[in-house]
Amino acid sequence: MAEISLRRMKVRQTGTITSVKVGGVLGQRLREMGLVPGTEVTIQGRAPLYDPVALRVMGGTLTLRNNEADFIMVEVAEETGVSLDR
Amino acid sequence: MKDQITMALAGNPNAGKTTLFNQLTGARQHVGNYPGITVDHKEGRFSHTGREISLTDLPGTYSLTAYSVEELVARDYLVNAKPQVVINIVDASNLERNLYLTCQFLELGVPMVIALNMIDVAKDRGIEVKADRLATLLGIPVVPIIARTGLGKNRLIDEAIAVASDSRRNWQPLDISYGDDLDETIMSLMTEIDQKGFLTDIYPSRFTAIKYLENDDQIMARGRTAKPAVAETIESLVSQVSGHLVKTMDVFPEAIIADHRYGFIKSIIRQGVLTHKFDTDRLYASDRIDKIVTNRLLGPIIMLTVLFGVYKLTFSWSELPVSWLGSFISWFGDVVSHNLPDGLFKSMITSGIIHGAGGVLGFVPLIMFMFFGIAILEDSGYLARVAFMMDRIFRIFGLHGSSVMPFIISGGIAGGCAVPGVLATRTLRSPKERLATLLTVPFMNCGAKLPVLALLIGAFFSENKARYMFFFTVLTWVVALLSAKFFRSTVLRGEPTPFVMELPPYRFPTLQGLLIHTWERTWQYIKKAGSVILGISVLIWAMMTFPGLSPDRIAAFDQQRKAVKAGFPADIISETEGKKTAGSEQAARLAEQLSIIDGDQAEEALRNSAAGRLGIAFESVSRYAGFDWRTNIALIGGFAAKEVIVSTLGTAYSMGKVDSKESASLGQRLRQDPHWNKGVALAALLFIMFYSPCFITIICIAREASWKWAFFSMVFNTVFAFVMAVGVYQIGRLSGLG
Repeated sequence: MAEISLRRMKVRQTGTITSVKVGGVLGQRLREMGLVPGTEVTIQGRAPLYDPVALRVMGGTLTLRNNEADFIMVEVAEETGVSLDR
Repeated sequence: MKDQITMALAGNPNAGKTTLFNQLTGARQHVGNYPGITVDHKEGRFSHTGREISLTDLPGTYSLTAYSVEELVARDYLVNAKPQVVINIVDASNLERNLYLTCQFLELGVPMVIALNMIDVAKDRGIEVKADRLATLLGIPVVPIIARTGLGKNRLIDEAIAVASDSRRNWQPLDISYGDDLDETIMSLMTEIDQKGFLTDIYPSRFTAIKYLENDDQIMARGRTAKPAVAETIESLVSQVSGHLVKTMDVFPEAIIADHRYGFIKSIIRQGVLTHKFDTDRLYASDRIDKIVTNRLLGPIIMLTVLFGVYKLTFSWSELPVSWLGSFISWFGDVVSHNLPDGLFKSMITSGIIHGAGGVLGFVPLIMFMFFGIAILEDSGYLARVAFMMDRIFRIFGLHGSSVMPFIISGGIAGGCAVPGVLATRTLRSPKERLATLLTVPFMNCGAKLPVLALLIGAFFSENKARYMFFFTVLTWVVALLSAKFFRSTVLRGEPTPFVMELPPYRFPTLQGLLIHTWERTWQYIKKAGSVILGISVLIWAMMTFPGLSPDRIAAFDQQRKAVKAGFPADIISETEGKKTAGSEQAARLAEQLSIIDGDQAEEALRNSAAGRLGIAFESVSRYAGFDWRTNIALIGGFAAKEVIVSTLGTAYSMGKVDSKESASLGQRLRQDPHWNKGVALAALLFIMFYSPCFITIICIAREASWKWAFFSMVFNTVFAFVMAVGVYQIGRLSGLG
């Protein structure tokens, strides 16, 4: 198991959120959409310009900008840090 | 009415709230605005088993914080209007996330019924929700429904009426544990709040305590005005606790609260509420569509096609109804003018009022078709994908992915219209991004600017017509996007609104939903903008008419006519009088000479009018951009509608009425005029593209934002356009383009 930022996750990769380190509006928005520690997320795809990213969370699909994904740490199955993200 | 039951409908966006609302109330709904903000206030009435019910549709929210107007509206409505029962619509296929809002309603203590929607979709995905189990665990009725078909709606209302009539159920807040640290703090806060009676008339004390821990601006501000001393004690207590939490555990109290809410939800769901029949990871139909539709290569192509389709729908398909309306208005104008004696009154009725009403109504088919197109994209879920794909580009300029639609409609593809474009910004939920979009879409080349551009390009740059048109379309995009960036780093400075957004599953829109959506938005335009447009239309007519020519001058022109007529035999004169096209050669010559006099008279009358005097007065400034008084008057007329520029120029050059579609003769006249050259033409082109939006757009901006922003738009755009025009004209002059 390894802890990486959500931005570095690959398409179709699944992980479990360990922490969301941001307050204010963004923190609130992330939490009310279900992005809290313990939630499982799967990267579903990226926009044509690689940003924003679409994820499956609980029963729905959410989109996040990459700089918003930076605040979210995720635990994923070990897979040496290759990332599709440039 | 006494025995009318008040209900409110609340829930997450995309949970099927509007569909249920339409199912229940049908066409019996009333849409207004909450005062001062652009959030719709929808209310509908219906009767059920002999009971009259008034249902308010609250804006869709995910939470009850103070971070967005929608959430504030929903929250304030619940505590102020105290509806007898809240119908909380919940998406069964996304239960966990949807219950987050439910959880907050429970904490607030509102009497509630859960409408468990989309049980069919959930079943398709292998999810089964045990409604009665959920009802027992939460202690409130849960009714499975399918909002699209209306299944279960009668039972839902039965339950809602039962809750509303049961006084024991009223306002019982639910206590959720937030862990040892916070629970202790909440208890001591509650003691303080209860003892001092702090905001207890509005909120349950526990709710207030939690909101203070969540750092809720609105409630904290209310507390400070209500009881400053108590507020201070509470605030210092809270900041102690949160300081401690951040130091020891590196978390904000609001994060702990959210974690425990989800914990509470999970604990309920795990008690046999939810069963998965098969693997949740399989691709849903929606995901399969997204694989193609948001694909790196295909995605943008499909998107451009769809956007172009909406554009076509708005502007081509509405052509027929627009022309019907146009011919009806002109027929009506003819009838009226035949039956009224010549004079000022007739001129005001035909040119001022009928023309103005035509101006209001002329946009209606356009707006209807556009909103219909947008409703399809919105209700099907595609618009969210457009925002998803375009966000990376629009974010550079401080805008949002959803800004693309208003830009296209306003003339991103040359020939749009800023009026529906401004109205289309309603699909944006981020306030600053929305305002920046609203203020920059009028820069685009709308359909009314095109005849003016065609006239000037045709007259002065005829060798490269297509290239110039293309250049100007690109230029408007550049100017609009750069000024959006400028606004977002000055007057609209601020952090970008979080993009965190739901991609709702694709759905087939219902016809009823589309029609209601289209109609309510169109009607709002007619109602809100109509009267003001009519008033200003009369005002502009007056400016172009009064004070008119002195009796001496009119007599002088009559004298001239008499003199001309004296040179022709009587039968020729009578031949020209009756008909519009003269038969014989002599009659044609007479008609031509008379029309020259008519033209001269119209020119002098225009020059003498308020607008004309204004144009002459402006000459001292406008000459830096190379504009003489005739151009100035035309530009003033362009404030009424940009296509008026051509006809006013025609009058100012005493050419009589010029049809904006056949303006070649006017172009020739301009080319021969010593005042005009390529430099002046270029300056005029730029000025016309970028100066103040027409007043109908201005009124729409005022209605969608505020009068302050409407005036800002007028002044900023005009100054900006003038600076551009002066720059180009002076450079042109120095480099010898003239």
